[in-house]
Amino acid sequence: MKALIPTAAVLAVLAAVPLVVHSNVTLNFLVVALMIALAGQGWNILGGYGGQYSFGHAAFFGTGAYVTAILQVRYGINAWIGFAAGIAAGAALGAVLGALTFRSGLRGSYFALVTLAFAEVLRIIASVAPVTGAGVGTLIRLDLGIRNLQFQSRAAFYWIILALVGVSLVTAQLIERSRFGIWLIAVRENEDAAKALGVNVNGVKLAAMVISAAITAAAGCFYAQYFLFVDSGIAYGTWISIQALLTPIIGGVGTVFGPLLGALVVKSLGEAAKLLTGDAPGLDLIIYGAVLVLVIWFTPRGLIGGLTQARKVLMRRSGRAAPSAGEARDG
Amino acid sequence: MAEPLLAVERVTCRFGGLLAVDAASLTASEGHITALIGPNGAGKTTLFSIISGFIKASGGAVRYAGEDITGEPPHRLARRGIARTFQIVQPFVGLSVRENILVGAHLHHRTRSAALAVADQIGHDVGLGEYLSRSADTLTVAGRKRLELARALATRPKVLLLDEVLAGLNPSEVRDIVPVIRDLCRRGITILMIEHVMQAVMSLAEHVFVLAEGRMIAQGSPAQVVADPVVVEAYLGRGAAAKLGTSYGR
Repeated sequence: MKALIPTAAVLAVLAAVPLVVHSNVTLNFLVVALMIALAGQGWNILGGYGGQYSFGHAAFFGTGAYVTAILQVRYGINAWIGFAAGIAAGAALGAVLGALTFRSGLRGSYFALVTLAFAEVLRIIASVAPVTGAGVGTLIRLDLGIRNLQFQSRAAFYWIILALVGVSLVTAQLIERSRFGIWLIAVRENEDAAKALGVNVNGVKLAAMVISAAITAAAGCFYAQYFLFVDSGIAYGTWISIQALLTPIIGGVGTVFGPLLGALVVKSLGEAAKLLTGDAPGLDLIIYGAVLVLVIWFTPRGLIGGLTQARKVLMRRSGRAAPSAGEARDG
Repeated sequence: MAEPLLAVERVTCRFGGLLAVDAASLTASEGHITALIGPNGAGKTTLFSIISGFIKASGGAVRYAGEDITGEPPHRLARRGIARTFQIVQPFVGLSVRENILVGAHLHHRTRSAALAVADQIGHDVGLGEYLSRSADTLTVAGRKRLELARALATRPKVLLLDEVLAGLNPSEVRDIVPVIRDLCRRGITILMIEHVMQAVMSLAEHVFVLAEGRMIAQGSPAQVVADPVVVEAYLGRGAAAKLGTSYGR
């Protein structure tokens, strides 16, 4: 329980933001950043802890978004149920994709390419299939009210996405301290050694994929409710696959707070660039690239890794003995 | 002698046109140390990989405690009590020594606290007590060999397959680790070891199998096999035994 205190503190601070900040622009920015952080945390479970780098998390994001939207628009199902169904559909898709890829022993770049291709296939299908609204997309009718999971105030959406991020943070933390977590990390470090120690490598990877897919799908469900519109380019576009893997890599891959920190930093830089250059197209991508290069150059373990390193150096300079990595983690 | 705990029966392994293991049989009896020796490229590690489920045999059977375990995946064999170490050590370099051992300890201990207690105990047993909090990649070769051993032990094995745990160690390090292995045997763990360090084989093993070019060419007590002309020829070439015989024999 003591280990959850930092998480609770971060969430409490973030939860207080709408009480102070009333600007819709700022809140909108934070909502989107938190949504990306959620998608990134999903990626982080599989990629960060499990070492399976997916380039196609859009598959889960998009499925969450489409299921939430289509169930409401075409079948008149309640938005909350649609939201839950979207998460479940994402998890199911994760199970299918995981079973297909891990069973056939795909690792590393092969796994990355197959996930990328999978998301692209879904995007193409969604852009022509009638049920998704094909090229037109699916528009959820504006009908404010808590029953429909639609709110006038940005603060309400902000708290909802913050709650989801909170759940994802606690999930990551529980995984980190569990048997499943150490097995997942062992798989990342060395599959053969893990097998020899009794780890069911494929089973562990599959479970991680399902959890990962469910979390990223939740971000997609939220997208649908927040923007009330989904089309194939948004739902299954490479933009979200890239965001989902960039935020943890920049923030700190395989760390609890990496995706959240990464999302806030990357989104802030993107906004700053827009202000400076007046919305030149593609500039945010150039910024992502530049930041990624800098982060990997200076702190290969992301901003969190860099901060930990800096703290150690500072403590050593100030004369106190720095705790070793193992002790710090057990404490 | 009672039924052996582990029995390899006429196991064959073919990689394309190469016959790596050719109808090799061996047994390891419970509570004893059995050694598998042979020249480089004889197929010893391949045979180990078949026993531990990493490679599928093209023919033959592996029996463990009376059951046919041929072709079972490694993680299930580990659960049954068959553990192995790797010739080329495979530490989880991103983890501490304690966490490395913890991975194995979790096989039979669900909770973190129980598994950590086991990991610490085993770390002390193999002489890694003071390194538990260090990152695994800071260990020396000897330290990594010990870690390899500790991780395998943490899975509570009944049979331990040791693939050249002594290779690459200097004589004093070998002297340090030999008692550790003997102690494991005394605690009831059946050991099957691949080893090139003959000094250790002679002092540890009760029974030795000799593999050459995929075929089991000899077996017996350590003293018997080293005196066997077939074994000498497998290592030194045809006619070597006779030459040695003429120069040293009389």
